[in-house]
Amino acid sequence: MLRTWRYFLPLAVFVGLLWFLYTGLSLNPREIPSALINKPTPSFELAQLHAPDKKLGNADMKGKVWLLNVWGSWCVSCRYEHPFLNQLAKEQVVPIIGLNWKDKPEDAKAWLAKFGDPYMASVSDLDGRTAIDFGVYGAPETFVIDATGMIRYKHTGPIDATVLREKLLPVIRELKKS
Amino acid sequence: MMHNLLANSSVGAAFRAFLARKARQCLAFILLFCGIVFAAHAQTATPEMPPMSPEMELRLKKLETELRCLVCQNQTLAESPAGLAGDLRREVRLLADQKKTDSEIKEHLRARYGDFVLYRPPVDGKTYLLWFGPFCLLIGGGIVLWMMGRRRKANALPAAAPVSSEVLARADAMLKDE
Repeated sequence: MLRTWRYFLPLAVFVGLLWFLYTGLSLNPREIPSALINKPTPSFELAQLHAPDKKLGNADMKGKVWLLNVWGSWCVSCRYEHPFLNQLAKEQVVPIIGLNWKDKPEDAKAWLAKFGDPYMASVSDLDGRTAIDFGVYGAPETFVIDATGMIRYKHTGPIDATVLREKLLPVIRELKKS
Repeated sequence: MMHNLLANSSVGAAFRAFLARKARQCLAFILLFCGIVFAAHAQTATPEMPPMSPEMELRLKKLETELRCLVCQNQTLAESPAGLAGDLRREVRLLADQKKTDSEIKEHLRARYGDFVLYRPPVDGKTYLLWFGPFCLLIGGGIVLWMMGRRRKANALPAAAPVSSEVLARADAMLKDE
């Protein structure tokens, strides 16, 4: 009994190693888990893109489930995900606040005029410090925030139909229920 | 002739349409990929900061080599040319100007970007395997090697008894007889 076990031990070690290596293959190193999940939204209060004399912050969104979408007119992938945001806005699923990250306000406004504006409002993060508070490392990024102001989900990279159907909408539905 | 056949038949047309569709998909994919990779590089430049003392510069340089650039991933904050790295260097500088210690600055970034931002991850439950795994493997390997050595010694044939000259002479005689 012991002898057979000894012969199979190297095989077991090998299979274990194979499993580790195989899992490593399917991981995406660009996908960094957010440190902010189930943490309160970093507080911010920034000038609105379309009304720079008016400010908007996380405190204004208390009591609502909402999305914070990090975008910029310089960001190519943002253009890819934009139709999906437009659709979300048209169906009035959740209010979307845009964090216009390190952009020129006039470029940003022209971009929205051209591709549609799904945002309840966009705020200008000119120096990128609010984005740092949110742990943003590349646009687009989308945060789902619940009524108590806690971050419940983060999607890095462009939103598409699959992401919307399988990730964002179920999370939003769940949060709206509670 | 062959070319004509292919061009005229409906199969050929379908094939060409298929190729065109694939080419478009490929192009879209490449554009998307470039968008993600270069997104953070295309940001507007970081505003200049006032000069700092040589001691401060040395301290921050050292600190920045312990922090990871989230965009390039395998470069430190000190050496990365990415836009976000510039923003994070400025954040580090601002925190240092507020008299924050090195560990406070690291904690500040860790709260936003997670352990990933640190080149030296903290020793805790999640990272025990990472920190101590290699030593366990080394010790385990050593034990196996030692046990194998012992077994080999135990199994070795006992040293042959010295052969008397009489026996040697007999052997010689037998060989000569052959």
